[in-house]
Amino acid sequence: MSSSTPQNLHPVWLFRFAALVALATLGLVCIGGLVTSKGVGMSVPDWPTSFGYSMFALPISMWMTGGVFHEHTHRVWASGVGLLVVFLARWTAGSGSRKILARVGFAEVLAGVILMRVNPLLKGEAHFLLGIGGVVLAAAAVGWKNAPASRLAVRLAWAAFWLVQIQGSLGGLRVVLDSWAIGGTTGGTVFGMIHGCLGQVFFVLTTCLAVSLSGWYPRWTRSATDLRGSHWVFLATTLVFGQLILGLWMRHQHAGLAIPDLPLAYGQWWPKTDTESLVRYAGRREGVDSITALQIHMHLFHRINAVLAVLAICMTFGFARKQPQGHPVRALGTAWLCLVAVQFALGLFTVLTDRAADIATAHVAVGSLTLAVGCWSCWSVKANQSRFAEETRVLPGSVLPEISAVR
Amino acid sequence: MKNTLKVVSMVAAVAASSALAGEITGKIKITGEVPPAREITPIKGDKLCGALHTKPVMTRTYVVGADHGLANVAVYIKAGLPAGKTYTAPASKPLIDQAGCVYEPVVTVAMVGQTVDIKNSDAFMHNVNCQAKVNKAFNFAQTTQGQVNPRVFDKAELAIKLICNVHPWMFGYVHVFDHPFFAVSDKDGNFVINGDLPDGKYTVEANHIKSGLVTGEVEVKGGKATLNLELAVK
Repeated sequence: MSSSTPQNLHPVWLFRFAALVALATLGLVCIGGLVTSKGVGMSVPDWPTSFGYSMFALPISMWMTGGVFHEHTHRVWASGVGLLVVFLARWTAGSGSRKILARVGFAEVLAGVILMRVNPLLKGEAHFLLGIGGVVLAAAAVGWKNAPASRLAVRLAWAAFWLVQIQGSLGGLRVVLDSWAIGGTTGGTVFGMIHGCLGQVFFVLTTCLAVSLSGWYPRWTRSATDLRGSHWVFLATTLVFGQLILGLWMRHQHAGLAIPDLPLAYGQWWPKTDTESLVRYAGRREGVDSITALQIHMHLFHRINAVLAVLAICMTFGFARKQPQGHPVRALGTAWLCLVAVQFALGLFTVLTDRAADIATAHVAVGSLTLAVGCWSCWSVKANQSRFAEETRVLPGSVLPEISAVR
Repeated sequence: MKNTLKVVSMVAAVAASSALAGEITGKIKITGEVPPAREITPIKGDKLCGALHTKPVMTRTYVVGADHGLANVAVYIKAGLPAGKTYTAPASKPLIDQAGCVYEPVVTVAMVGQTVDIKNSDAFMHNVNCQAKVNKAFNFAQTTQGQVNPRVFDKAELAIKLICNVHPWMFGYVHVFDHPFFAVSDKDGNFVINGDLPDGKYTVEANHIKSGLVTGEVEVKGGKATLNLELAVK
């Protein structure tokens, strides 16, 4: 092994590092979910500072006060994930990535300095750019020579690199623009929803990156099978993603308990939503907030879509069981069915426990895992189909032996 | 003698101004089965807030006093005031206090341009997240005990919600009016709308955070009027 030829010396450790990043991201999704479940998202009114302090210098006594604990932990944890992702990108993309990282880091630091000069009111945003730019420059400064991982892994790593920065900015905008009026709602609600949705996508991305670096990945594409009936996998994944968006909308519009009973809704299959009925429903609530027809309808759609997603996953399970022993889709189908069963139960318990914060958060976390397994299944099916198409392709001028034998 | 005359003339002046100052008195009653107050259990679960209370802290959605009188109802003139007339904001400053991890009072009334003092009486931090829709919303932290932040609302707006996200069970409401004829019902549901209210016919509205709105017509004659209103449990 020549010292001038960079080698990816530690693929196993790279996979472990990527798995750690995915786990840390799941933890971040959980804490973020807890912040929304407990309604403490605005307990720290400023960003990226916390009560005027640097995020990392907040006195412990303030950090440990009520909802500040959840919100500030979410911020610090997110910073940790950001740091890990930047270094993961450097490792995965190899030493050739140093130039790009240096340029990006320099551009971010420069943008931060300019922003601070142009508008002192945007000092917080400038500090964010300076901070993230500094981390990127630090990653660029790592002189270790290593080869990039597979092309797929490098692409995924760069996607995670950009997404984590966008996601951090969105989290900040959710705080800074909380009271802005945007299309009949507030900036806090709009950016909170986008931040929540992108958080799920980012988690799936980190898991896919870990899988692409793992020893399982070659096995996923090895078996070339026809996989007829695989449309159920794609349909179920689409329904799960739709379900997550509906759930996010409900959480950010406080519609989680717009319907407090199960399986009926206010004793009806489809409740009335005239003004008189809405006032009556609101009266049944403990709190003083009103209920809107939209909240009720979205809650109903969430329930209906849940049933559809479960049915589609059951069909996927049936399809997966038809695959030969050891086929990756078989294991994924079983895991998916188990997860969706847990998720369905958590959804029921969320309503029955009056939206207890820990149950609602577990519902979010298992939802993320369900989406991740769905995406892995789609990926595996797609890879197998490509392999199958490749192996059964008839090259021009060649004759398949079986066909010639028949002749 | 000179001093006596001075005092007599001052008393006469006060009496004359009192005769001009009209007021509406009355009572807000609640009808229907009032749900019992529930304990705000998260207070007990919070180390700092829980230590401030020896008894359970209860919800104050319906605070009912003697003879079904309903407390914490904002009562105000909705219609009937001279068109185009403007009023000067009172110099008094209503106080919204965060004490023992609850808002005190739950309902505050103020006039456009009047200073409202927001105070933190607790020995730890709260944040004041004002969710105004017409006025400018704000969110700031009160980190020290006794900290007072004055705020002025520059537009009339009903039911502006104030919440503390550090302790998410904490909330209060502010109603802001463009005239000074408003009141909040006391523990027995009684209210007095006073001020320089001229004789005439008025529409009065009562606004409760859970029960909603009810209006009534009243005529002020000789500076006096009485109006009782009923809200139903919802």
